[in-house]
Amino acid sequence: MKLLLKSGRVIDPSQDIDMVMDILIEDGKISRMEKDISISETDSKDSMKIFDLKDKIVTPGLIDMHTHLREPGFEYKETIRTGSEAAVAGGFTSIACMANTDPVNDNRSVTEFIHKQARLAAMANVYPIAAVSKGQRGKVLAEFGDLKNAGAVAFSDDGNPVTDSGLMRHALEYAYSFDMPVISHCEDTGLSSGGMMNEGFVSTQLGLPGIPTIAEDIMVIRDINLAGFTKTRVHIAHVSTAGSVQAVREARSAGINVTAETAPHYFTLTDEALKGFSTSFKMYPPLRDSDDVEAVKEGLRDGTIDAIASDHAPHSSVEKDVEFEYAANGIIGLETSLSLCLKLVDEGILTIGQLIEKLSVNPADILKIPKGSLKTGSDADITVIDMNKIWTVDTNKFRSKGHNCPFNGWELKGKAVMTIVGGDIRYADFKL
Amino acid sequence: MKLSRKDMLGIVDLPREEIDLILDTAESFKEISTRKIKKVPTLRGKTVITLFFEASTRTRTSFEIAAKRLSADTINISASTSSVVKGETLIDTARNLESMNPDIIIIRHSAAGAAHILAGLLEQSIINAGDGAHEHPTQALLDMLTIREKKGTMEGLKIAIVGDITHSRVARSNIYGFTKMGADVAICGPAMMIPRDIDRMGVSVYYNMEDAIKGADVVMMLRMQLERQEKNPFPSLREYANHFSLNRDNINLAKDDVLVMHPGPINRGVEITPEIADGPYSVILEQVTNGVAVRMALLYLLSGGRK
Repeated sequence: MKLLLKSGRVIDPSQDIDMVMDILIEDGKISRMEKDISISETDSKDSMKIFDLKDKIVTPGLIDMHTHLREPGFEYKETIRTGSEAAVAGGFTSIACMANTDPVNDNRSVTEFIHKQARLAAMANVYPIAAVSKGQRGKVLAEFGDLKNAGAVAFSDDGNPVTDSGLMRHALEYAYSFDMPVISHCEDTGLSSGGMMNEGFVSTQLGLPGIPTIAEDIMVIRDINLAGFTKTRVHIAHVSTAGSVQAVREARSAGINVTAETAPHYFTLTDEALKGFSTSFKMYPPLRDSDDVEAVKEGLRDGTIDAIASDHAPHSSVEKDVEFEYAANGIIGLETSLSLCLKLVDEGILTIGQLIEKLSVNPADILKIPKGSLKTGSDADITVIDMNKIWTVDTNKFRSKGHNCPFNGWELKGKAVMTIVGGDIRYADFKL
Repeated sequence: MKLSRKDMLGIVDLPREEIDLILDTAESFKEISTRKIKKVPTLRGKTVITLFFEASTRTRTSFEIAAKRLSADTINISASTSSVVKGETLIDTARNLESMNPDIIIIRHSAAGAAHILAGLLEQSIINAGDGAHEHPTQALLDMLTIREKKGTMEGLKIAIVGDITHSRVARSNIYGFTKMGADVAICGPAMMIPRDIDRMGVSVYYNMEDAIKGADVVMMLRMQLERQEKNPFPSLREYANHFSLNRDNINLAKDDVLVMHPGPINRGVEITPEIADGPYSVILEQVTNGVAVRMALLYLLSGGRK
């Protein structure tokens, strides 16, 4: 089946394209992209589907480079199937999933299992991120070479920091020798342990133990120093503080190979949101204050922060419908991420092109996966966005098993209305 | 005038007029506890449950006596005797209690926000009897009643609160209450026990006891809660007592008619020396007496009573 996407505004930063064009998809690939593709006589209704995408935006398939799919081990929270269904519903054609499963993805068999489950689900492309250390215990490196050959795209102990600086150094050097990124969860546990929320005036009011911003900043600075000293590269996960943004900015201008991502909640919410003790606002790193939110926005605007990832972290009510102190960290994000990101365009912080870079082109570059472009011949991974669609977040309608969403009930503007993966329509919010 | 709320979760959102209402009501209830027959029929037929997930003698007993003097039926549940030890969640416990149609549930819990969970879930009135390091509103109300009785007003008084402010729900509720009533509040303690940005609550911060209590009308000592300091504990009780104890030397820095207060239980010889705890300035036991009156007032007002 061929697909012809007509009259959409095609935005592909990888080719510097922003114009109304038609795209023809054949055999799962982008075969033509031109001003006006006419339908030849040989194409019947049975062999080609045509979509009029006037007033819609057509972009390279979005990539969420930081999710937790919970399988294997925590299938009651999410599975690779439900997680990748949530992904395409949110406009993501590719997602990378973290290694903190049970068993941990620290060996070939788990990486291969994830690939197999993703193939069976046949929704989004799923790229496993393997653990830095065996069991994510921070003692012994995982088998990076074997994991790469099995199909891992990066290494991360996300959920936990790599506390031992010597081990982190070796991880950066060894991963670099395989041309693979290390994604760092930056947390100085000496400063953060026992903490429940951002340390500041709100934590003082609520009587909850705080997690200071410096718990993040110090580790970001350590990892930047390690990457600089070893002449390797590091990717900083979920940046939430002004200090981290500034550290990455300075490192970049000093020529150190560091990239960074943030998540939509870090530019959308502040720690004021915790005043009702709702566990839907509990995550790591915690929501910060308005100065940090402004710094994250500035980091996005000036390019210091390369990517936006949801840090989709589903939990069941067993972990969330409890006292705030006992609740698990994490919120879901795959089905709200794009709409929250589009607010940045509305606010004039990013152009739509810059946003697509952070949601597709740059994540593909960082993970070195052959995605993030609509070049002729590339996989037909495409997201179609309706910038004006108003919708109300309702977790009961989510594909994700998780309901731990701080945005439930919010009215949002802009949404993915069609998600195409490998030339196959995996999601459409209209009747096909 | 009536209370404008279903629950009593904290002082933070309690307007000054409602504080006055509760204190006025408490004053009028005080007399009941001095009668020969210490019981009035006001809350006859009402059921009050105390649900305590943390150890307490004073507060739980005080609530129970308050309810009984108003003729309510009281049931006491403590964590060790409840299903909590069998792994039941707070929400399930609450829903089960709700099914038995009580009128008021009084909860103490080590987790901040626990009373808020119940308040959002249940139709019953919820009284927060202490949630983690967050709030302990009835303690603040009884402290305010005690000061008002002795000083006539809180307006313009200098009140020093000394101790582990970080872990103290009493400190937070009292800071909200005292500042609303027009007092100047000074807090004091070892640097690591002063939480970040607390000056934004409208208090002045001291790290030196002498500076904090100089000229004070009220000095409130908090219990040094060593058991709450799992991580990076304070060097020793001896070190603490050397620097943050109220004793017969430093008490002279306060006003001549200073009130010495303590929410209890006191650690004699740690934050307060025995001669000060038992001395002429101490109103520690009057605080306890006022606790019953304040809780009677609150139970009455939350049940729809009016002044």
